[in-house]
Amino acid sequence: MTDFTTATRLLAAEEEAPATKVRGYWQNVGYRLRYDYVTLAFALVIVLIVALAVFAPWIAPKDPYKTSMAFRLRPVGFRDFHLGTDELGRDILSRLIHGGRMSLLMGVVPVVFATLIGGFLGVLAGFIGGKLNMAIMRTMDVFYAFPSILLAVAISGAMGGGMANGMVALTLVFIPPLCRIAETATTQVRGLDFVEAARASGGSTGSIIATHILGNVLGPIFIYASGLVSVSILIASGLSFLGLGVEPPHPDWGLMLSTLRQSIYVNPIVCALPGVMIFVTSLAFNMVSDGLRQAMDVRL
Amino acid sequence: MSTTEALISRPPQLSSVPDGDLRDRGGPFQPMLIVSDLKKHFAIKGGMLNRTQGHVRAVDGVSFTVLKGETLGVVGESGCGKSTLARLLMHLIPYDGGEVLFDGEAIGGVRGLTMKEFRRAMQMVFQDSYSSLNPRLPVEESIAYGPRVHGMPAAKAKEIARELLTKVGLKPDLFAQRYPHELSGGQKQRVNIARALALEPRLLILDEAVSALDKSVEAQVLNLLRQLKRHFNLTYVFISHDLDVVQYISDRVLVMYLGEIVEIGPVDAIYDHPKHPYTRALLASRLSFDPAERVHEAPLTGDPPNPINPPSGCRFRTRCPMAESICAETSPRLEGAVAAEIHVAACHVQNPGSGHSLAGKAPVLVARSQPSPKVEAAPLAATA
Amino acid sequence: MWHYIARRIVYAIPIAIGVTVFCFALVFLAPGNPVQMLLPADASQEVVDLIMKTYGFDRPLPVQYWTWLTRAVVGDLGVSIQSNRPVIDEVLRALGNTVFLSFGAVMLAFSIAFVLGTLAAYYRGSAVDRGVTALSIVGVSIPNYWLGIVLVIVFAVELNWLPATGMGPRGSETFDLFNWSHFKHVILPIITLCMVPVGMITRTTRSAVSEVLGNEFVNTLRAKGLGELAVIRHALKNAMPQILAVMGLQFGYLMGGSILVETIFNWPGTGFLLNKAILTRDIPVLQGTILILALVFVFTNLVVDLFQTAVDPRIKRS
Repeated sequence: MTDFTTATRLLAAEEEAPATKVRGYWQNVGYRLRYDYVTLAFALVIVLIVALAVFAPWIAPKDPYKTSMAFRLRPVGFRDFHLGTDELGRDILSRLIHGGRMSLLMGVVPVVFATLIGGFLGVLAGFIGGKLNMAIMRTMDVFYAFPSILLAVAISGAMGGGMANGMVALTLVFIPPLCRIAETATTQVRGLDFVEAARASGGSTGSIIATHILGNVLGPIFIYASGLVSVSILIASGLSFLGLGVEPPHPDWGLMLSTLRQSIYVNPIVCALPGVMIFVTSLAFNMVSDGLRQAMDVRL
Repeated sequence: MSTTEALISRPPQLSSVPDGDLRDRGGPFQPMLIVSDLKKHFAIKGGMLNRTQGHVRAVDGVSFTVLKGETLGVVGESGCGKSTLARLLMHLIPYDGGEVLFDGEAIGGVRGLTMKEFRRAMQMVFQDSYSSLNPRLPVEESIAYGPRVHGMPAAKAKEIARELLTKVGLKPDLFAQRYPHELSGGQKQRVNIARALALEPRLLILDEAVSALDKSVEAQVLNLLRQLKRHFNLTYVFISHDLDVVQYISDRVLVMYLGEIVEIGPVDAIYDHPKHPYTRALLASRLSFDPAERVHEAPLTGDPPNPINPPSGCRFRTRCPMAESICAETSPRLEGAVAAEIHVAACHVQNPGSGHSLAGKAPVLVARSQPSPKVEAAPLAATA
Repeated sequence: MWHYIARRIVYAIPIAIGVTVFCFALVFLAPGNPVQMLLPADASQEVVDLIMKTYGFDRPLPVQYWTWLTRAVVGDLGVSIQSNRPVIDEVLRALGNTVFLSFGAVMLAFSIAFVLGTLAAYYRGSAVDRGVTALSIVGVSIPNYWLGIVLVIVFAVELNWLPATGMGPRGSETFDLFNWSHFKHVILPIITLCMVPVGMITRTTRSAVSEVLGNEFVNTLRAKGLGELAVIRHALKNAMPQILAVMGLQFGYLMGGSILVETIFNWPGTGFLLNKAILTRDIPVLQGTILILALVFVFTNLVVDLFQTAVDPRIKRS
């Protein structure tokens, strides 16, 4: 082995430890995020909103379902109704806090399911290619032919409304774009040399996808999905606004906007409040998604 | 592996009887690879209904052998089919015709080697591009992937990976956990080599393995390749467009043009007395390092013809200085070169009785360019 | 190039067919029998059977689809359960109003976003850039129905400058663009509707223009001595195809997605029609509206795609 010890010694001498610390990919991402104050601020906002939703029963001052005919449409600061009351006398603040649960649920759950289903289909289509790819992508194209809101309204409207149907509709709406992102990313990665090397080593389809493809593809998919949550919240609230999502008497921001709208001349400020929540939540998810994209250095 | 350790001190000579390797199924004289009439045509789709309009004949009837323990260099211009040939040999893309026998056995099919066994026997080192290693995996795991896929437990595979890193000259403690973007070009290529060796192959195909490296690094890697070949008792197929590198590392050389083999023979014979006009032109177009010996005229003009519609008969005739009508009618045959010392070219001139006017009479042509007449240095103006 | 255009059109046909299949299938997504929607719950079995025969619900699905499709192609989309008028008439009338809104919104969005995006690209990395990027993200995150409500609160309820709803004092039939008392009904809806397009177009303009400005040839232009304004003009010319493409796509989105804004402003467009149809479970109108809107969207996408091919020399045409 004399040959090799010489070679190793020579090389070790010239190839010292690198100038910067050896850092993995995710540590790099974390490092970049640490100094991105805007993204961190909005991430905090999301945490707050989620916390409000989760701990709603303990945080909300009053019962969101308790009506009171005597105190309908009172303005902000009336007695202990800190943000006023709605058209049935219920405390707006409590309804806003509880409303977060429904709205977040309807916003996040469909995206999660759509990522699982759409991502799976997309990676499969991208990796196997050929006829399977064509079949899957052409089917997705048909759904792509509808603008998202229209599709969501159509499906949930046809199914008769309600929260469960709304979530199903939203999942179906988001599967095609996630599938497309997954397929594009997978096709790109599949053509790279190291995948060919993995095939040359005798790896099976499953093992190549798991070890080599997924790690490179999950980044773009995840970022796109996080951006979709913001859209999902908007559309979900829109469905509730139209009466197709959460049903009364449950509190939901979109639904509250719709019912309070009739009282716009009586108590305008109160009408706008639920929309503020929708806006802030959607904005927060958007900003965090954008920040993540920059940190992970992914170009969509 | 006592046999291989014994081989380190005594590298196998081509002309002497080599000792057997325990992994071989055939004997020491069985060629490692026998390629017969290999073809690959890529369909071109276009037009209204995406119909097949033609075929790119990337590899068109290629036959050669690779002997055990040798390094076979494969040279040719871009587009001659070298990389396609590499992928065909590795069975990464299916071929449209012909046959490949590894160590005397067919690959896949009912008898012969299974795909899994074949993958352990023949591996490829890719050109060092940014995408030759998975950017998300530490280098150690990229190397360990092959053994793991073949059933080795993760810990043992890691151990093998670290051992291989040492053998290619990278200290495992420093390099095992690094990511590809933290390595230089030469280091990445060493990792590529280690990855290829992880499955203990008998044959390595090196597809432009040093082309992307700086010259100094290239020299180191070439030396490493020679050492590894002795240590692991390997056979190499070294594909490159760089003639000097091929000359340095090869025992025999194979010249490709437009999907066909035009010449094959021992490296010295090819480089000193090339028989095919294309080889001659290729060698003559190397720029010399001596300013007194400049190349004035390009020996090879024009671009290679379209591989979709190659010229009839001999494909090189459109650029050949000795082309005659016989060249357009019949395609010259390359007699298969099995033995190590045989030097043949697919040219009518080399074949007495082919009908070429110069057949049988070796024309007087030189491998290197003629030295230009010496230019007298102008006398310096006298400075008073 | 004509090959490519023809091929692209041919590709759109299966998608259009898929769309029709989907619209047809919508009816069957609904809980219960389609017939139950047409009749009260206590109708006798004979009446149910009669209705089934009349409407053809008893025939196998592919046959029903084919009948529906053949009728749809000639324009017979059935009759509205609510108003007893032919669906196609209602939809086409509403379509015109929606086109008007969408077009106006996209034009307004373009004028704003174009300037903002170019400024952001030119002063890339500066405070202007960050401000514009923030604005575009805000534009995309705003729920446009909420914005509509807020605008109504501010301008109609509090200030009483602009009307809250409707399409003109006497309804949509007599709408006259150049009459201020009619036109002021248009202002709030268009502003509401243009928010999301502003966000998207700004983002696209910024990325397209900064990509062009980052090209080597811009340095060549400057080295030649070209003034900055002329350089910007050159950059814009190169970026225009992408920007126009996004505009076209946004127009398509607005056409299909205007339901929320139209509901708020009682604007009698397709969105409003759709909303009414859902509330009254007027299935023929629902189906017909969705079908036409989807086909308009497919058509818009096709036009945008062909336009990009024709204008961008980099796209391969075989």
